[in-house]
Amino acid sequence: MADFWKRFSRNRGAVIGLAILAIVVLVAILAPLLFPQSPWRMVQRPFLPPFAMDQYPLGTDALGRNVISGLAYGAQVSLLVGLVSTVAALLIGIPIGALAGYFGGWADDALMRFTEFFQTVPSFALAIVLVAIFEPSIQSIIAAIAIVSWPPVARLVRGEVLSLRSREYVEAAILSGQTSLTIILRQVLPNTISPIIVLASLMVATAILLESSLSFLGLGDPNLMSWGYMIGAARTVIRQAWWLSFFPGVAILLTVLALNLIGEGLNDALNPRLARRGK
Amino acid sequence: MLRFILMRLGKAAIILIAILTLNFFLIHAAPGDPAAVMAGEAGAADAKFIAQLREQFGLDKPLLTQLGIYLKGVLQFDLGYSYRQQMPVADLILDRLPATLLLTMTAFVISLVLGTAAGVLASARVGKWSDTAISTLALLFYATPLYWAALMAVLLFSVYFNWLPGFGYETVGANYTGFRRALDIGQHLILPATTLGLFFMAVYMRMTRASMLEVSQLDFVKTARAKGLKSGIIQRRHIFRNAMLPVVTLAGLQAGQLVGGAVLTETVFAWPGIGRLMFEALAQRDYNLLLGVFFVSAAMVLVFNLITDILYRFVDPRIRVA
Repeated sequence: MADFWKRFSRNRGAVIGLAILAIVVLVAILAPLLFPQSPWRMVQRPFLPPFAMDQYPLGTDALGRNVISGLAYGAQVSLLVGLVSTVAALLIGIPIGALAGYFGGWADDALMRFTEFFQTVPSFALAIVLVAIFEPSIQSIIAAIAIVSWPPVARLVRGEVLSLRSREYVEAAILSGQTSLTIILRQVLPNTISPIIVLASLMVATAILLESSLSFLGLGDPNLMSWGYMIGAARTVIRQAWWLSFFPGVAILLTVLALNLIGEGLNDALNPRLARRGK
Repeated sequence: MLRFILMRLGKAAIILIAILTLNFFLIHAAPGDPAAVMAGEAGAADAKFIAQLREQFGLDKPLLTQLGIYLKGVLQFDLGYSYRQQMPVADLILDRLPATLLLTMTAFVISLVLGTAAGVLASARVGKWSDTAISTLALLFYATPLYWAALMAVLLFSVYFNWLPGFGYETVGANYTGFRRALDIGQHLILPATTLGLFFMAVYMRMTRASMLEVSQLDFVKTARAKGLKSGIIQRRHIFRNAMLPVVTLAGLQAGQLVGGAVLTETVFAWPGIGRLMFEALAQRDYNLLLGVFFVSAAMVLVFNLITDILYRFVDPRIRVA
């Protein structure tokens, strides 16, 4: 663990990313304490510019709602969707990749054609269609993002499993009479964890971008304040009130950037052999 | 070569049918009974009329028969009817397709050219400040929400500096013709195409940089150096050509994302393409239109992938022989 941290912290960007993410997580957790009032509540006159009143440092929106409070609650939605949809995508992608790589043959062929199909279909367009048809809600958004983002997981796991499958210790496990399921779960998958963690950190970033894009188009959960919704609602008044779209965008940019930086740091720390290439 | 193209066409056809089948089931999952919706639009929602509509459109037949009818219809360019816009879906899409093709192709070229150029530059100066600057910029572009970049571009270049139009396809009411019109459209194209290309520029830049560095470690590059070739020639002829292979593959795969991104860009810039059409369909909950656009964008991706696959064989002679 100390060794891991040493390699991770050697990447300065990764440490900065971790610091930014820590702030976002903190704000999300403390949102109800920092802003006890609902972010939907009208608190001041509409279009109050930022830095005009201490109580509303980032101003108010077209309906007089507190922008900074919206940002804090929006962090909850972004992090929740990013995390849960990534876990869901892993739950779809890992079994498919593991079965394809372990059994090979027609199972591999069939599963990989299936994966290829989902990789060909334009993912954002599919996500839009799914959320629109199953009505926008936090569940349908998470499901749609998971459905469009699992293929890279399946391909990664398949590749790893394929190369691990012919190792001696796996053959020994087969000879000792372990079932395929035990071998996959106990012998093979634990050795694929590192690249999965790296990929997952990047997937959380992509999921946050996807969620914000859906909300921007009006496909967000109507009961939850989210960054994408704030920008979407401010789109038509951008000429009068630049701050309404500016600040939520910066929040998304920083969070996604932080996750990408962390992903690179994790890659350095978990795959030290690969990381040194090209440096 | 012909055999290869035929095989790829066959594969594309199978995927197309799979997409259509998915589309068909999604239409059925959409809220609201299509017959009831139609009757509602016609202003006569009594049970007898609905049953009549059901029979007329084959909605009373088994699901698989309906799927067959649907597939046959699509082969005849019938993507259903948009009751909101009072027009066949296929006509609506065909009307808007050229604008989207113009936008996505321009964004594709901009991102590929600038992205690889920046990648080559960064790889030639590893560790120097220009490499750091390019890599940081790429990291930022990679994390920027597309629609937000578009809005900020409008704010900066259109509202604040007033340099470029930030709205629409051409100047309304100007009635330009010929070259003047092309110039006008070109001006309107700059902001949407650049913002749509930003993310992909970052992707190609990172890929090119990594690939250039990897290839430059290979033995044949050492040989070329040992022979005394100038480093510029090695960069261009030996490293660059080989380093481009993974970039071309990636470009083909990314094409799909470009169509998706067009939904956001066209919405912000009021660009009259199929992305904007998809947004309108969403706002009006026009499911036939929504799924029609989805199908066409998926088909566009297939065509794009097919072209890259064939291009790839020209770029890499090793594949052609194998």
